[in-house]
Amino acid sequence: MKLEGKEQIWKDYQKEIADDRYYYARSCIRQTFFPGSEWAYLDILRNRLGKDVMDDPRHTTCTGIGYHSDVVPAQTIMTVVARHFALMTEAGYENITPSCITSFGIYTEILETWAHHPEVEEQVREYLWKATGREFKKPRNLAHTSDIIYKFRGEIAARARHRLVDAHTGRPLRGVDHIGCHYAKMFPSKGIGGAEFPAVLSGMITAWGGEAVDYPERRHCCGFGFRQYLVMANRGYSVANSKKKFESMRPYEPDFIVANCPGCAMFLDKWQYTISEMEGTTYGANGYGIPVLTYEELAGLVLGYDPWELGLQMHQVAVEPLLDKMGVAYDPEAKYLTRDGKEMGRPKCPTYLKV
Amino acid sequence: MGEILKRLHEDIHFIEGLNSCMNCGVCTAICPAAEFYNYDPRVVVETVQRGDEGEIERLLESDTIWYCGECMSCKTRCPRCNTPGLVIMGLRRVSQELGYFTRSEKGRQQYALKHVIGESVLKRGYCVTPDLVRPEMHPEQGPVWEWVYEHMDAVYERTHGNLRKPGAGALRAVDEESMGELRRIFDVTGGTEFLEHIEACSREEARREGMDLEEGYFLRTYMENSDNHQ
Repeated sequence: MKLEGKEQIWKDYQKEIADDRYYYARSCIRQTFFPGSEWAYLDILRNRLGKDVMDDPRHTTCTGIGYHSDVVPAQTIMTVVARHFALMTEAGYENITPSCITSFGIYTEILETWAHHPEVEEQVREYLWKATGREFKKPRNLAHTSDIIYKFRGEIAARARHRLVDAHTGRPLRGVDHIGCHYAKMFPSKGIGGAEFPAVLSGMITAWGGEAVDYPERRHCCGFGFRQYLVMANRGYSVANSKKKFESMRPYEPDFIVANCPGCAMFLDKWQYTISEMEGTTYGANGYGIPVLTYEELAGLVLGYDPWELGLQMHQVAVEPLLDKMGVAYDPEAKYLTRDGKEMGRPKCPTYLKV
Repeated sequence: MGEILKRLHEDIHFIEGLNSCMNCGVCTAICPAAEFYNYDPRVVVETVQRGDEGEIERLLESDTIWYCGECMSCKTRCPRCNTPGLVIMGLRRVSQELGYFTRSEKGRQQYALKHVIGESVLKRGYCVTPDLVRPEMHPEQGPVWEWVYEHMDAVYERTHGNLRKPGAGALRAVDEESMGELRRIFDVTGGTEFLEHIEACSREEARREGMDLEEGYFLRTYMENSDNHQ
Protein backbone atom coordinates (compact mmCIF):
# COMPACT_ATOMS: atom_id res chain seq x y z
CA MET A 1 0.00 0.00 0.00
CA LYS A 2 1.37 3.40 -1.00
CA LEU A 3 0.65 5.63 1.96
CA GLU A 4 1.71 8.71 0.04
CA GLY A 5 -1.10 8.09 -2.45
CA LYS A 6 -3.69 7.64 0.28
CA GLU A 7 -2.46 10.73 2.05
CA GLN A 8 -2.79 12.66 -1.20
CA ILE A 9 -6.38 11.50 -1.63
CA TRP A 10 -7.18 12.33 1.99
CA LYS A 11 -6.08 15.92 1.36
CA ASP A 12 -9.17 16.32 -0.83
CA TYR A 13 -11.27 15.70 2.26
CA GLN A 14 -9.65 18.37 4.41
CA LYS A 15 -10.69 21.98 4.76
CA GLU A 16 -9.09 25.18 5.90
CA ILE A 17 -10.00 26.08 9.48
CA ALA A 18 -8.92 29.39 10.99
CA ASP A 19 -6.93 29.04 14.21
CA ASP A 20 -8.14 32.08 16.16
CA ARG A 21 -10.47 35.12 16.25
CA TYR A 22 -13.88 33.64 15.66
CA TYR A 23 -17.29 35.32 15.35
CA TYR A 24 -19.69 32.89 17.03
CA ALA A 25 -23.20 32.34 15.64
CA ARG A 26 -25.50 30.64 18.14
CA SER A 27 -28.14 28.05 17.23
CA CYS A 28 -31.88 28.24 17.98
CA ILE A 29 -32.02 24.49 18.59
CA ARG A 30 -28.72 24.11 20.45
CA GLN A 31 -29.44 26.93 22.87
CA THR A 32 -32.93 25.54 23.51
CA PHE A 33 -31.97 21.92 24.14
CA PHE A 34 -28.25 22.16 24.93
CA PRO A 35 -27.52 25.57 26.46
CA GLY A 36 -24.67 24.03 28.47
CA SER A 37 -22.98 22.96 25.23
CA GLU A 38 -22.82 26.52 23.94
CA TRP A 39 -21.41 27.64 27.29
CA ALA A 40 -18.86 24.80 27.32
CA TYR A 41 -17.75 25.59 23.77
CA LEU A 42 -17.01 29.21 24.66
CA ASP A 43 -15.37 28.24 27.94
CA ILE A 44 -13.12 25.65 26.29
CA LEU A 45 -12.12 28.00 23.47
CA ARG A 46 -11.53 31.05 25.62
CA ASN A 47 -10.34 29.71 28.94
CA ARG A 48 -8.69 26.40 28.09
CA LEU A 49 -7.28 27.14 24.64
CA GLY A 50 -6.84 30.91 24.91
CA LYS A 51 -8.79 31.79 21.77
CA ASP A 52 -10.63 35.00 20.94
CA VAL A 53 -14.34 34.35 20.30
CA MET A 54 -16.97 37.07 19.91
CA ASP A 55 -20.44 36.20 21.26
CA ASP A 56 -22.56 39.00 19.81
CA PRO A 57 -25.97 39.68 21.45
CA ARG A 58 -27.16 41.44 18.27
CA HIS A 59 -27.00 38.19 16.33
CA THR A 60 -30.43 36.68 15.57
CA THR A 61 -31.69 33.44 14.08
CA CYS A 62 -30.54 32.83 10.52
CA THR A 63 -34.21 31.81 9.89
CA GLY A 64 -32.95 28.46 8.58
CA ILE A 65 -35.72 26.32 10.04
CA GLY A 66 -38.27 28.64 8.42
CA TYR A 67 -36.33 28.54 5.15
CA HIS A 68 -36.26 24.74 5.04
CA SER A 69 -39.92 24.68 6.06
CA ASP A 70 -40.49 26.84 2.97
CA VAL A 71 -42.05 29.83 4.75
CA VAL A 72 -38.96 32.08 4.42
CA PRO A 73 -37.91 33.02 0.87
CA ALA A 74 -34.30 32.74 -0.35
CA GLN A 75 -33.73 36.49 -0.69
CA THR A 76 -34.93 37.00 2.90
CA ILE A 77 -32.61 34.44 4.49
CA MET A 78 -29.71 35.66 2.36
CA THR A 79 -30.22 39.19 3.67
CA VAL A 80 -30.52 38.01 7.29
CA VAL A 81 -27.23 36.14 6.86
CA ALA A 82 -25.73 39.20 5.16
CA ARG A 83 -26.59 41.15 8.33
CA HIS A 84 -24.64 38.57 10.35
CA PHE A 85 -21.70 39.09 8.02
CA ALA A 86 -22.08 42.85 8.53
CA LEU A 87 -22.04 42.49 12.33
CA MET A 88 -18.94 40.30 12.02
CA THR A 89 -17.26 42.83 9.72
CA GLU A 90 -18.08 45.79 11.98
CA ALA A 91 -16.67 43.92 15.00
CA GLY A 92 -13.38 43.38 13.14
CA TYR A 93 -13.65 39.62 12.66
CA GLU A 94 -13.21 37.58 9.47
CA ASN A 95 -13.89 34.02 10.61
CA ILE A 96 -17.49 32.98 11.19
CA THR A 97 -18.34 29.84 13.15
CA PRO A 98 -22.00 28.80 13.29
CA SER A 99 -23.01 26.37 16.03
CA CYS A 100 -25.95 25.00 14.04
CA ILE A 101 -25.55 22.56 11.15
CA THR A 102 -28.60 24.00 9.39
CA SER A 103 -26.98 27.44 9.63
CA PHE A 104 -23.62 26.07 8.48
CA GLY A 105 -25.27 24.52 5.43
CA ILE A 106 -27.12 27.76 4.70
CA TYR A 107 -24.05 29.98 5.06
CA THR A 108 -22.18 27.61 2.74
CA GLU A 109 -25.05 27.50 0.25
CA ILE A 110 -25.35 31.29 0.21
CA LEU A 111 -21.64 31.85 -0.42
CA GLU A 112 -21.73 29.25 -3.21
CA THR A 113 -24.84 30.82 -4.74
CA TRP A 114 -23.21 34.25 -4.72
CA ALA A 115 -20.11 32.78 -6.36
CA HIS A 116 -22.29 31.38 -9.19
CA HIS A 117 -24.61 34.39 -9.35
CA PRO A 118 -22.86 37.67 -8.42
CA GLU A 119 -26.05 39.53 -9.37
CA VAL A 120 -27.82 37.83 -6.46
CA GLU A 121 -25.12 39.01 -4.06
CA GLU A 122 -25.46 42.55 -5.40
CA GLN A 123 -29.22 42.48 -4.89
CA VAL A 124 -28.76 41.23 -1.31
CA ARG A 125 -26.28 44.06 -0.62
CA GLU A 126 -28.94 46.51 -1.77
CA TYR A 127 -31.62 44.86 0.38
CA LEU A 128 -29.36 44.96 3.43
CA TRP A 129 -28.46 48.59 2.91
CA LYS A 130 -32.10 49.56 2.47
CA ALA A 131 -33.24 47.61 5.54
CA THR A 132 -30.38 48.34 7.96
CA GLY A 133 -27.86 50.76 6.42
CA ARG A 134 -25.19 48.08 6.90
CA GLU A 135 -22.48 46.79 4.56
CA PHE A 136 -20.43 43.63 4.83
CA LYS A 137 -17.38 41.69 3.78
CA LYS A 138 -17.78 37.99 3.13
CA PRO A 139 -16.05 35.84 5.75
CA ARG A 140 -12.48 34.81 5.01
CA ASN A 141 -13.14 31.51 6.73
CA LEU A 142 -16.38 29.62 7.44
CA ALA A 143 -16.13 26.68 9.80
CA HIS A 144 -18.68 24.83 11.88
CA THR A 145 -17.93 24.89 15.61
CA SER A 146 -17.26 21.14 15.46
CA ASP A 147 -14.51 21.87 12.92
CA ILE A 148 -12.88 24.08 15.55
CA ILE A 149 -13.04 21.39 18.24
CA TYR A 150 -11.72 18.88 15.67
CA LYS A 151 -8.82 21.22 14.87
CA PHE A 152 -7.88 21.39 18.55
CA ARG A 153 -8.66 17.75 19.40
CA GLY A 154 -4.98 17.09 20.10
CA GLU A 155 -4.73 20.06 22.48
CA ILE A 156 -7.88 18.82 24.24
CA ALA A 157 -6.41 15.30 24.47
CA ALA A 158 -3.27 16.77 26.03
CA ARG A 159 -5.42 18.38 28.76
CA ALA A 160 -7.72 15.34 29.25
CA ARG A 161 -8.88 14.43 32.73
CA HIS A 162 -10.79 11.41 31.39
CA ARG A 163 -10.29 9.38 28.23
CA LEU A 164 -12.92 7.60 26.17
CA VAL A 165 -11.79 4.35 27.71
CA ASP A 166 -13.54 2.06 30.15
CA ALA A 167 -11.80 3.09 33.36
CA HIS A 168 -12.33 -0.40 34.83
CA THR A 169 -11.20 -2.61 31.94
CA GLY A 170 -9.10 -0.35 29.70
CA ARG A 171 -11.38 -1.08 26.72
CA PRO A 172 -11.72 1.83 24.27
CA LEU A 173 -15.32 3.03 24.37
CA ARG A 174 -17.28 2.56 21.17
CA GLY A 175 -18.69 5.79 19.76
CA VAL A 176 -21.20 6.21 16.96
CA ASP A 177 -20.96 9.53 15.15
CA HIS A 178 -23.71 11.40 13.32
CA ILE A 179 -22.45 14.39 11.37
CA GLY A 180 -25.84 15.65 10.15
CA CYS A 181 -27.00 15.89 6.54
CA HIS A 182 -26.35 19.59 6.02
CA TYR A 183 -22.76 19.39 7.27
CA ALA A 184 -21.37 17.69 4.17
CA LYS A 185 -24.06 16.19 1.92
CA MET A 186 -24.73 19.45 0.10
CA PHE A 187 -21.13 20.62 -0.22
CA PRO A 188 -18.88 17.64 0.60
CA SER A 189 -15.66 19.63 0.17
CA LYS A 190 -16.73 21.91 3.05
CA GLY A 191 -16.86 19.10 5.61
CA ILE A 192 -13.90 17.19 7.05
CA GLY A 193 -13.97 13.81 5.34
CA GLY A 194 -16.78 14.93 3.05
CA ALA A 195 -20.07 13.05 3.02
CA GLU A 196 -18.37 9.74 2.34
CA PHE A 197 -15.70 9.51 5.04
CA PRO A 198 -17.10 11.54 7.95
CA ALA A 199 -14.13 12.36 10.16
CA VAL A 200 -15.00 15.47 12.12
CA LEU A 201 -16.49 13.56 15.04
CA SER A 202 -14.78 10.20 14.61
CA GLY A 203 -11.50 12.14 14.66
CA MET A 204 -12.42 13.46 18.12
CA ILE A 205 -13.43 9.99 19.32
CA THR A 206 -10.13 8.39 18.34
CA ALA A 207 -8.03 11.35 19.52
CA TRP A 208 -9.60 11.00 22.96
CA GLY A 209 -8.99 7.27 23.21
CA GLY A 210 -12.25 5.81 21.91
CA GLU A 211 -13.12 3.56 18.98
CA ALA A 212 -15.24 5.03 16.17
CA VAL A 213 -17.93 2.59 15.01
CA ASP A 214 -18.72 2.39 11.31
CA TYR A 215 -22.16 0.88 10.79
CA PRO A 216 -24.42 0.49 7.74
CA GLU A 217 -26.76 3.45 8.30
CA ARG A 218 -24.07 5.79 9.61
CA ARG A 219 -24.82 8.38 6.93
CA HIS A 220 -28.62 8.11 7.02
CA CYS A 221 -30.64 11.17 8.02
CA CYS A 222 -31.84 11.37 11.65
CA GLY A 223 -35.29 12.16 10.24
CA PHE A 224 -35.74 15.81 11.26
CA GLY A 225 -36.96 16.73 7.79
CA PHE A 226 -38.04 20.19 9.06
CA ARG A 227 -41.80 20.11 8.31
CA GLN A 228 -41.67 16.34 8.89
CA TYR A 229 -41.05 16.94 12.58
CA LEU A 230 -42.38 20.43 13.18
CA VAL A 231 -45.91 19.44 12.17
CA MET A 232 -47.27 16.87 14.58
CA ALA A 233 -49.09 14.92 11.85
CA ASN A 234 -45.79 14.17 10.09
CA ARG A 235 -43.68 12.91 12.98
CA GLY A 236 -43.94 9.28 11.88
CA TYR A 237 -41.41 10.17 9.17
CA SER A 238 -39.05 11.53 11.75
CA VAL A 239 -39.13 8.68 14.26
CA ALA A 240 -39.01 6.05 11.49
CA ASN A 241 -35.70 7.38 10.22
CA SER A 242 -34.10 7.45 13.67
CA LYS A 243 -35.37 3.94 14.31
CA LYS A 244 -33.66 2.76 11.15
CA LYS A 245 -30.38 4.12 12.52
CA PHE A 246 -30.84 2.63 16.01
CA GLU A 247 -31.61 -0.80 14.58
CA SER A 248 -28.54 -0.61 12.38
CA MET A 249 -26.15 0.51 15.15
CA ARG A 250 -27.47 -1.78 17.90
CA PRO A 251 -25.45 -4.91 16.95
CA TYR A 252 -22.24 -2.88 17.44
CA GLU A 253 -23.17 -2.17 21.08
CA PRO A 254 -22.11 1.47 21.09
CA ASP A 255 -21.30 3.07 24.43
CA PHE A 256 -22.43 6.48 23.19
CA ILE A 257 -23.61 8.48 20.19
CA VAL A 258 -22.03 11.86 19.41
CA ALA A 259 -23.86 14.24 17.09
CA ASN A 260 -22.79 17.31 15.16
CA CYS A 261 -26.16 18.90 14.59
CA PRO A 262 -28.11 20.03 17.66
CA GLY A 263 -31.36 18.82 16.10
CA CYS A 264 -29.92 15.38 15.43
CA ALA A 265 -28.59 15.17 19.00
CA MET A 266 -32.03 16.04 20.37
CA PHE A 267 -33.88 13.59 18.11
CA LEU A 268 -31.51 10.69 18.68
CA ASP A 269 -32.00 11.27 22.43
CA LYS A 270 -35.76 11.83 22.50
CA TRP A 271 -36.80 9.26 19.91
CA GLN A 272 -35.23 6.50 22.02
CA TYR A 273 -37.82 7.39 24.67
CA THR A 274 -40.64 7.54 22.11
CA ILE A 275 -39.75 4.18 20.57
CA SER A 276 -39.54 2.63 24.03
CA GLU A 277 -43.05 3.90 24.82
CA MET A 278 -44.40 2.82 21.41
CA GLU A 279 -42.81 -0.61 21.23
CA GLY A 280 -41.07 -1.37 24.52
CA THR A 281 -37.73 -1.42 22.68
CA THR A 282 -34.56 -0.01 24.25
CA TYR A 283 -31.19 0.14 22.53
CA GLY A 284 -28.59 0.26 25.32
CA ALA A 285 -27.58 -2.42 27.82
CA ASN A 286 -29.92 -3.54 30.63
CA GLY A 287 -32.94 -1.50 29.57
CA TYR A 288 -31.08 1.80 29.27
CA GLY A 289 -30.79 3.82 26.07
CA ILE A 290 -27.60 4.71 24.23
CA PRO A 291 -26.39 8.03 25.70
CA VAL A 292 -26.37 10.81 23.10
CA LEU A 293 -23.91 13.66 23.46
CA THR A 294 -23.08 16.81 21.60
CA TYR A 295 -19.39 17.13 20.71
CA GLU A 296 -19.09 20.01 23.19
CA GLU A 297 -20.42 17.75 25.94
CA LEU A 298 -18.01 15.00 24.92
CA ALA A 299 -15.09 17.44 24.94
CA GLY A 300 -16.32 18.82 28.27
CA LEU A 301 -16.38 15.38 29.91
CA VAL A 302 -12.91 14.61 28.56
CA LEU A 303 -11.67 17.90 30.04
CA GLY A 304 -13.25 17.13 33.41
CA TYR A 305 -16.27 19.47 33.44
CA ASP A 306 -19.07 18.58 35.85
CA PRO A 307 -21.85 16.75 33.94
CA TRP A 308 -24.59 18.94 35.44
CA GLU A 309 -22.71 22.13 34.53
CA LEU A 310 -22.71 20.80 30.96
CA GLY A 311 -26.49 20.32 31.12
CA LEU A 312 -26.55 16.54 30.82
CA GLN A 313 -29.57 16.46 33.16
CA MET A 314 -31.59 17.83 30.20
CA HIS A 315 -31.10 14.59 28.26
CA GLN A 316 -33.89 12.02 28.23
CA VAL A 317 -31.53 9.05 27.88
CA ALA A 318 -29.57 8.65 31.11
CA VAL A 319 -25.89 9.50 30.69
CA GLU A 320 -24.79 7.84 33.95
CA PRO A 321 -23.81 4.51 32.33
CA LEU A 322 -21.29 6.41 30.17
CA LEU A 323 -20.06 8.53 33.09
CA ASP A 324 -19.50 5.36 35.13
CA LYS A 325 -17.52 3.74 32.32
CA MET A 326 -15.36 6.84 31.87
CA GLY A 327 -14.80 7.09 35.61
CA VAL A 328 -16.31 10.58 35.78
CA ALA A 329 -17.12 11.57 39.37
CA TYR A 330 -20.56 13.14 39.78
CA ASP A 331 -23.08 13.82 42.49
CA PRO A 332 -26.35 12.02 41.67
CA GLU A 333 -28.20 14.13 44.22
CA ALA A 334 -27.18 17.37 42.47
CA LYS A 335 -28.63 16.37 39.10
CA TYR A 336 -31.96 18.11 39.51
CA LEU A 337 -30.99 20.98 41.79
CA THR A 338 -31.08 24.68 40.98
CA ARG A 339 -27.87 26.69 40.75
CA ASP A 340 -28.16 27.58 44.43
CA GLY A 341 -28.89 23.99 45.47
CA LYS A 342 -32.68 24.05 45.83
CA GLU A 343 -34.88 21.08 44.90
CA MET A 344 -36.99 21.41 41.77
CA GLY A 345 -38.57 17.98 41.67
CA ARG A 346 -37.59 15.15 39.37
CA PRO A 347 -38.81 14.08 35.94
CA LYS A 348 -41.28 11.22 35.86
CA CYS A 349 -39.91 7.80 34.96
CA PRO A 350 -40.64 6.42 31.49
CA THR A 351 -42.58 3.16 31.24
CA TYR A 352 -39.76 1.07 29.78
CA LEU A 353 -36.62 3.16 29.31
CA LYS A 354 -34.44 2.92 32.42
CA VAL A 355 -33.15 6.25 33.70
CA MET B 1 -44.05 29.43 -21.52
CA GLY B 2 -46.85 29.36 -18.94
CA GLU B 3 -46.93 31.23 -15.64
CA ILE B 4 -45.76 28.26 -13.57
CA LEU B 5 -42.77 27.44 -15.76
CA LYS B 6 -41.86 31.12 -15.99
CA ARG B 7 -41.77 31.40 -12.21
CA LEU B 8 -39.80 28.17 -11.87
CA HIS B 9 -37.18 29.31 -14.35
CA GLU B 10 -36.71 32.50 -12.30
CA ASP B 11 -36.34 30.59 -9.03
CA ILE B 12 -32.76 30.33 -7.74
CA HIS B 13 -33.34 26.88 -6.25
CA PHE B 14 -34.80 25.57 -9.46
CA ILE B 15 -31.95 27.07 -11.49
CA GLU B 16 -29.34 25.53 -9.18
CA GLY B 17 -31.23 22.24 -8.74
CA LEU B 18 -31.96 21.10 -12.27
CA ASN B 19 -29.30 20.56 -14.90
CA SER B 20 -30.17 17.53 -16.94
CA CYS B 21 -31.76 14.47 -15.37
CA MET B 22 -31.09 11.07 -16.99
CA ASN B 23 -33.68 9.31 -14.83
CA CYS B 24 -31.27 6.90 -13.16
CA GLY B 25 -33.21 6.94 -9.87
CA VAL B 26 -30.24 7.20 -7.51
CA CYS B 27 -32.04 10.08 -5.76
CA THR B 28 -34.99 7.82 -5.03
CA ALA B 29 -32.72 5.05 -3.77
CA ILE B 30 -31.06 7.34 -1.20
CA CYS B 31 -34.15 9.39 -0.27
CA PRO B 32 -35.44 9.02 3.34
CA ALA B 33 -38.84 10.38 2.23
CA ALA B 34 -39.15 7.79 -0.55
CA GLU B 35 -38.61 5.09 2.04
CA PHE B 36 -41.43 6.39 4.23
CA TYR B 37 -43.96 7.97 1.87
CA ASN B 38 -45.38 7.03 -1.51
CA TYR B 39 -42.84 9.41 -2.99
CA ASP B 40 -40.38 9.22 -5.88
CA PRO B 41 -38.13 12.24 -6.48
CA ARG B 42 -37.04 10.77 -9.82
CA VAL B 43 -40.60 11.08 -11.09
CA VAL B 44 -40.92 14.63 -9.75
CA VAL B 45 -37.77 15.72 -11.59
CA GLU B 46 -38.82 13.87 -14.74
CA THR B 47 -42.21 15.61 -14.67
CA VAL B 48 -40.66 19.02 -14.23
CA GLN B 49 -38.05 18.37 -16.89
CA ARG B 50 -40.75 17.46 -19.43
CA GLY B 51 -42.11 20.97 -18.94
CA ASP B 52 -45.80 20.20 -19.33
CA GLU B 53 -47.54 23.07 -17.53
CA GLY B 54 -50.65 21.00 -16.78
CA GLU B 55 -48.67 18.14 -15.22
CA ILE B 56 -46.66 20.57 -13.12
CA GLU B 57 -49.85 22.28 -11.99
CA ARG B 58 -51.12 18.92 -10.74
CA LEU B 59 -47.88 18.51 -8.80
CA LEU B 60 -48.31 21.93 -7.19
CA GLU B 61 -51.75 21.03 -5.86
CA SER B 62 -50.76 17.54 -4.70
CA ASP B 63 -49.38 16.14 -1.45
CA THR B 64 -46.36 14.85 -3.40
CA ILE B 65 -44.17 17.96 -3.25
CA TRP B 66 -44.57 18.19 0.54
CA TYR B 67 -43.11 14.76 1.36
CA CYS B 68 -39.44 15.77 0.96
CA GLY B 69 -37.49 16.48 4.19
CA GLU B 70 -34.92 18.74 2.48
CA CYS B 71 -32.07 16.65 3.90
CA MET B 72 -30.42 17.03 0.47
CA SER B 73 -29.04 13.49 0.50
CA CYS B 74 -29.94 13.48 -3.20
CA LYS B 75 -27.42 16.24 -3.93
CA THR B 76 -24.48 14.11 -2.85
CA ARG B 77 -25.40 11.18 -5.04
CA CYS B 78 -26.73 12.57 -8.32
CA PRO B 79 -24.25 11.73 -11.09
CA ARG B 80 -25.47 14.76 -13.07
CA CYS B 81 -25.20 17.27 -10.21
CA ASN B 82 -28.95 17.81 -9.96
CA THR B 83 -30.59 18.38 -6.60
CA PRO B 84 -34.19 17.15 -6.53
CA GLY B 85 -34.50 18.71 -3.04
CA LEU B 86 -33.83 22.15 -4.53
CA VAL B 87 -36.33 21.49 -7.33
CA ILE B 88 -38.84 20.69 -4.58
CA MET B 89 -38.05 24.01 -2.87
CA GLY B 90 -38.81 25.80 -6.14
CA LEU B 91 -42.07 23.90 -6.59
CA ARG B 92 -43.13 24.63 -3.02
CA ARG B 93 -42.45 28.32 -3.47
CA VAL B 94 -44.53 28.54 -6.63
CA SER B 95 -47.28 26.40 -5.10
CA GLN B 96 -47.56 28.94 -2.29
CA GLU B 97 -47.23 32.03 -4.51
CA LEU B 98 -50.05 30.82 -6.75
CA GLY B 99 -52.20 29.50 -3.89
CA TYR B 100 -52.19 25.82 -4.91
CA PHE B 101 -50.89 24.65 -1.54
CA THR B 102 -54.28 24.81 0.19
CA ARG B 103 -55.61 22.08 -2.13
CA SER B 104 -53.69 19.24 -0.43
CA GLU B 105 -53.54 17.98 3.15
CA LYS B 106 -49.76 18.27 3.36
CA GLY B 107 -49.74 21.60 1.55
CA ARG B 108 -52.22 23.13 4.00
CA GLN B 109 -49.68 22.46 6.75
CA GLN B 110 -47.81 25.54 5.54
CA TYR B 111 -50.23 27.53 7.65
CA ALA B 112 -49.12 25.68 10.80
CA LEU B 113 -45.48 26.29 9.88
CA LYS B 114 -46.11 29.97 9.18
CA HIS B 115 -48.01 30.27 12.46
CA VAL B 116 -45.39 28.51 14.60
CA ILE B 117 -42.00 29.22 12.98
CA GLY B 118 -42.64 32.32 10.85
CA GLU B 119 -44.29 34.21 13.69
CA SER B 120 -41.64 33.14 16.20
CA VAL B 121 -38.89 34.60 14.01
CA LEU B 122 -40.63 37.97 13.81
CA LYS B 123 -41.70 38.00 17.46
CA ARG B 124 -38.62 36.65 19.24
CA GLY B 125 -35.77 36.67 16.69
CA TYR B 126 -35.46 32.87 16.92
CA CYS B 127 -37.06 30.05 14.94
CA VAL B 128 -37.54 27.99 18.10
CA THR B 129 -37.54 28.83 21.81
CA PRO B 130 -38.30 26.57 24.79
CA ASP B 131 -41.80 27.98 25.38
CA LEU B 132 -42.77 26.91 21.83
CA VAL B 133 -42.07 23.25 22.63
CA ARG B 134 -45.20 22.79 24.74
CA PRO B 135 -45.31 19.26 26.19
CA GLU B 136 -48.95 18.71 25.21
CA MET B 137 -48.02 19.36 21.57
CA HIS B 138 -44.75 17.42 21.93
CA PRO B 139 -45.47 14.22 23.86
CA GLU B 140 -42.51 12.60 22.10
CA GLN B 141 -40.16 14.89 24.02
CA GLY B 142 -40.75 12.86 27.15
CA PRO B 143 -40.76 13.51 30.89
CA VAL B 144 -37.35 15.18 31.13
CA TRP B 145 -38.48 17.90 28.72
CA GLU B 146 -41.70 18.23 30.74
CA TRP B 147 -39.52 18.84 33.80
CA VAL B 148 -37.40 21.38 31.90
CA TYR B 149 -40.55 23.13 30.71
CA GLU B 150 -42.04 23.30 34.21
CA HIS B 151 -38.82 24.69 35.73
CA MET B 152 -37.69 26.66 32.71
CA ASP B 153 -36.09 29.67 34.42
CA ALA B 154 -34.20 27.61 36.98
CA VAL B 155 -33.02 24.95 34.51
CA TYR B 156 -31.63 27.49 32.03
CA GLU B 157 -29.98 29.40 34.84
CA ARG B 158 -28.39 26.15 36.08
CA THR B 159 -27.10 25.33 32.58
CA HIS B 160 -25.60 28.79 31.90
CA GLY B 161 -28.43 30.12 29.72
CA ASN B 162 -29.57 33.75 29.74
CA LEU B 163 -33.25 33.08 29.09
CA ARG B 164 -35.17 36.18 27.92
CA LYS B 165 -32.66 38.53 29.57
CA PRO B 166 -30.60 41.31 27.97
CA GLY B 167 -26.98 40.83 26.97
CA ALA B 168 -25.17 37.88 25.44
CA GLY B 169 -25.73 34.20 26.05
CA ALA B 170 -28.03 31.33 25.13
CA LEU B 171 -31.69 32.32 24.66
CA ARG B 172 -31.04 35.99 25.50
CA ALA B 173 -33.76 38.50 24.60
CA VAL B 174 -32.90 39.95 21.18
CA ASP B 175 -32.75 43.74 21.58
CA GLU B 176 -35.40 45.94 19.94
CA GLU B 177 -32.98 47.52 17.47
CA SER B 178 -31.92 44.10 16.15
CA MET B 179 -35.56 42.97 16.01
CA GLY B 180 -36.37 46.12 14.04
CA GLU B 181 -33.62 45.33 11.53
CA LEU B 182 -34.81 41.73 11.22
CA ARG B 183 -38.40 42.83 10.56
CA ARG B 184 -37.29 45.45 8.03
CA ILE B 185 -35.29 42.78 6.19
CA PHE B 186 -38.49 40.72 5.96
CA ASP B 187 -40.37 43.78 4.67
CA VAL B 188 -37.77 44.79 2.08
CA THR B 189 -37.09 41.29 0.71
CA GLY B 190 -40.69 40.12 0.37
CA GLY B 191 -40.56 37.81 3.41
CA THR B 192 -43.40 39.59 5.19
CA GLU B 193 -45.54 39.59 2.06
CA PHE B 194 -44.86 35.87 1.56
CA LEU B 195 -46.00 35.06 5.13
CA GLU B 196 -49.08 37.27 4.76
CA HIS B 197 -49.92 35.53 1.50
CA ILE B 198 -49.77 32.10 3.16
CA GLU B 199 -52.11 33.46 5.83
CA ALA B 200 -54.53 35.03 3.33
CA CYS B 201 -54.81 31.82 1.27
CA SER B 202 -55.26 29.78 4.46
CA ARG B 203 -57.90 32.21 5.78
CA GLU B 204 -59.82 31.79 2.55
CA GLU B 205 -59.59 28.00 2.81
CA ALA B 206 -60.68 28.10 6.48
CA ARG B 207 -63.63 30.34 5.54
CA ARG B 208 -64.60 27.96 2.75
CA GLU B 209 -64.62 25.10 5.24
CA GLY B 210 -66.41 27.12 7.92
CA MET B 211 -63.51 26.98 10.38
CA ASP B 212 -61.84 29.52 12.64
CA LEU B 213 -58.31 30.11 11.24
CA GLU B 214 -56.29 30.31 14.44
CA GLU B 215 -58.02 27.52 16.36
CA GLY B 216 -59.81 24.86 14.34
CA TYR B 217 -57.91 25.31 11.09
CA PHE B 218 -54.54 25.54 12.81
CA LEU B 219 -55.14 22.37 14.83
CA ARG B 220 -56.39 20.59 11.75
CA THR B 221 -53.33 21.48 9.67
CA TYR B 222 -51.04 20.66 12.59
CA MET B 223 -52.59 17.33 13.57
CA GLU B 224 -54.64 15.91 10.69
CA ASN B 225 -53.22 12.76 9.16
CA SER B 226 -55.41 10.90 6.70
CA ASP B 227 -52.94 7.99 6.77
CA ASN B 228 -53.16 8.01 3.00
CA HIS B 229 -49.56 8.80 2.23
CA GLN B 230 -47.58 5.56 2.46
